[in-house]
Amino acid sequence: MKTVHNTLAALAGVLLLIGGANAQKLQMNGAGATFPYPIYSKWFSEYNKQHPDVQINYQPIGSGGGVQQVSKQTVFFGASDMPMNAEQLQAAPGKILHLPTVLGAVVPVYNIPNVTTELKFSGPLLADIFLGKITKWNDAGIAKLNPGVTLPASDITVVHRADGSGTTYIWVDYLAKVSPEWKTKVGVNASVNWPTGVGGRGNEGVASTVKQTPGALGYVELIYALQTKQPYGSVQNMAGEFSKASVESVTGAAAAAAKQMPPDFRVSITNAPGNGVYPISSFTWILLYENAKDKAQARAMVDFMKWALTDGQKFAPDLGYAPLPADVIKLEMAALGKVKTS
Amino acid sequence: MRRKELGFQMGTGVLGLVLVAIVFAIGAVLTKQSMLSIEKFGLSFWRTEVWDPVSGEFGALPFIWGTLYSSILALLISTPIALGIAVFISELCPARLRQPLVFLTELLAAIPSIVYGLWGIFVLVPAVRALETSLPDALRQLPFFSGPPLGLGMLSAALILAIMVIPFSSSVAREVLKSVPAAQREAAYALGATRFEAIRAALFFARTGIIGAIMLGFGRALGETMAVTMVIGNNPRVSLSLFAPQYTMAAVLANEFTEAADDLYLAALTEIGLVLFIITLIVNSLSRLLIWSMSRTATQVPEPVEPAVDAA
Amino acid sequence: MKSTTTLRRKLLSSAFVGFCGFAVLIALIPLAFVLFFVITQGIRAVNVDFFTHMPTPVGEPGGGMANAIVGTLIVSGLAALMAVPIGVISGMYMSEYAGTRFASLVRFAADTLNGVPSIVIGVFAYAVAVLPFKQFSALAGGFALGVMMIPIIARTTEELLLLVPGSMREGALALGATRARAVFGVVLPAALPGIVTGIVLALARIAGETAPLLFTSFNNRFFTTKLTQPISTLTVQVFTYATGPYDDWHRQAWAGALVLVMIVLVCSLLARLATRRLERMHARG
Repeated sequence: MKTVHNTLAALAGVLLLIGGANAQKLQMNGAGATFPYPIYSKWFSEYNKQHPDVQINYQPIGSGGGVQQVSKQTVFFGASDMPMNAEQLQAAPGKILHLPTVLGAVVPVYNIPNVTTELKFSGPLLADIFLGKITKWNDAGIAKLNPGVTLPASDITVVHRADGSGTTYIWVDYLAKVSPEWKTKVGVNASVNWPTGVGGRGNEGVASTVKQTPGALGYVELIYALQTKQPYGSVQNMAGEFSKASVESVTGAAAAAAKQMPPDFRVSITNAPGNGVYPISSFTWILLYENAKDKAQARAMVDFMKWALTDGQKFAPDLGYAPLPADVIKLEMAALGKVKTS
Repeated sequence: MRRKELGFQMGTGVLGLVLVAIVFAIGAVLTKQSMLSIEKFGLSFWRTEVWDPVSGEFGALPFIWGTLYSSILALLISTPIALGIAVFISELCPARLRQPLVFLTELLAAIPSIVYGLWGIFVLVPAVRALETSLPDALRQLPFFSGPPLGLGMLSAALILAIMVIPFSSSVAREVLKSVPAAQREAAYALGATRFEAIRAALFFARTGIIGAIMLGFGRALGETMAVTMVIGNNPRVSLSLFAPQYTMAAVLANEFTEAADDLYLAALTEIGLVLFIITLIVNSLSRLLIWSMSRTATQVPEPVEPAVDAA
Repeated sequence: MKSTTTLRRKLLSSAFVGFCGFAVLIALIPLAFVLFFVITQGIRAVNVDFFTHMPTPVGEPGGGMANAIVGTLIVSGLAALMAVPIGVISGMYMSEYAGTRFASLVRFAADTLNGVPSIVIGVFAYAVAVLPFKQFSALAGGFALGVMMIPIIARTTEELLLLVPGSMREGALALGATRARAVFGVVLPAALPGIVTGIVLALARIAGETAPLLFTSFNNRFFTTKLTQPISTLTVQVFTYATGPYDDWHRQAWAGALVLVMIVLVCSLLARLATRRLERMHARG
């Protein structure tokens, strides 16, 4: 009996010690999109280096999850590449602000043995493949856009997201704009009823599945294709050019929207007009309550956002994201002033 | 003295009550959380094939199908092997080998599901893909083998489930065989039976218990999550094809639960959890009933009467 | 005529025996396969960093799972804290009052709970331990795992207490002890080594669980021991890394799997040794 008492006392002592050591740190939790996960993860790590007492723990569970968890307040902030719709905003217990952080691109990534050249795709072509109408790599539609490339007669395995995803939203938002059949048959949302294909979890899951499945075609945020060294195709934009995702082509996509940014920053820039524009680009947003209960966390979050909009932006190009246009940053700094920090 | 006794009984009984309460709580909480979906879809939830979060159409049929299909396939593969192991260890095995073999089967059961899943993604799925690609075209015409050879799909899921269920069914079957009275086997051998025939008699005697053991394995397969979700392809489609990526109830919960973006979606997912709870409840209760009834019959077999020995 | 049927029967019997032996081999092959891969891939991947470093930003190689290892220890510890008292005492009730209908109900509930899929328990724990507090936490994870541990410990305790010879109980009662005294003072200590073994095995089992943690303890990039915050665990981390696209993540996933398998192996071996010792002790006494 005595040994039991002693062990319990020792355990309690250890727990108290550990608890005490942790008491000083401010731990904040956020969850959501996998689209910006690489840069958020870099940002939170860098910010923690400069502010060791603030730990921002971000979990990439998909944009759908980010919206859900922030609405239920199980996390302090959410992140999504799909703006919340009126219904979702209404359902939240308080006003939620959309704060853009970076610009990114969704690219068609593929795994065809012996084909390492960059393939050209058009919007309607991608829609037909994802509708399940085009099933083989050597289909006439693909061959027409890619003369001189020997395409195998094998099946195309479409890889999509199994979870609620803003990346999916960006992708299908684009497909709906270029394919009326997609718009009516499948629609636009973070999670859709996919006509065909295999599901992967998060951008990581899709990239992983494509990498391991010969004949696969999926869609991922640019950095995932770059970091896993997988070939990705160029997509035909509204001006008819075949544009490859890059910092320049993505910045170009946001140019028009930046001039007419709505005050709540909720805007879609897929299939944007103009030359040198990559058609499957998007803003990504942090979702933050305007009047959160925990003011200490709100203060820390606002401070972090200001850092992200200034110093943070320089990490973007290395990771394949485009920095926000200066106009947008100015508007956003003003919007951050609205967040109640006391 | 009496009061102290009562105190002890109540004190310990209260915690037993906690256990019972937890089981009821699970059923109650799951039902409450899925109310939104139950009210909207009613019984058609179980028959609708469409799982469309965009339009708010939710039907659990693809998941029920995937769960049942993968578990039944797993049973078909694992049952003969599990029974073979049970028979070998309890009847045929030399005594020295018994302990190590039991230990090894326990080890198979103790390996975490996530480790099986990891092995599944990087070892099993490529192997299955190679197997599927090498299948002769003539067989590809059958609905069981239609579709592109992805590796990820029903076959990989069934195989991994079978591997995980084998040690479970075999250890319960072993327990069941142990409870077969020795008189049964002795009678068989006395009548000149071969090894096989004597064991067959024992198996026949224990048949309800054996079925119970197999059903317990079935119940285990129904609820298996991690290993399956990593190899099944995560596509909500009803398909006979072993090659097709499909979905199970447990897998969709793991993938979509934290990400359900609205309350109806969440309720629909919780309802799937409720369905899974009810199905495993029924399967497990039934199997325990079978095992219990078999062990009762076993103890009712009269002991052989010792012939009177003359003390001469 | 007679000799051919006898021959046929003998052949059938040998074939059957052969099949059973074959079945054992077939079952052992995947075990060997899995262990082989986990050990070879894991050993290559494990290094000191794995045990001492935190995860690096996404896509950057290196780092480790130090926070996940500590997290698994914490969450398992919490589960045990909750499950051991409830499990042992329920087991005690079931063994002492074995004939009563309530004991049968408790036993049925324990067996039922044992069979509930871990993902369903995760959904339950989310509704009960996460939503009302609006917080993913190590405590919620411990709760989910604790719920899974309770029936295992309860049944093990019941079986072991029933194994203790009745003479010990009766002796204590004859000397005038109350029931509580008899059980806690005499029967329980006699069964204690076995019960502890059972607890260790149950711990090994839940330390390997992933599904119930996905919606309770969630995950955490940082090192934390705060119980009211999300916490990283080995199993969830292995899942995240295994399903990711980065080769370095895959490497670390194998290392994590190796650590998990080692935990299971060590606990199983210890349990075996302990039971062997117990049997020898009982045989002598």
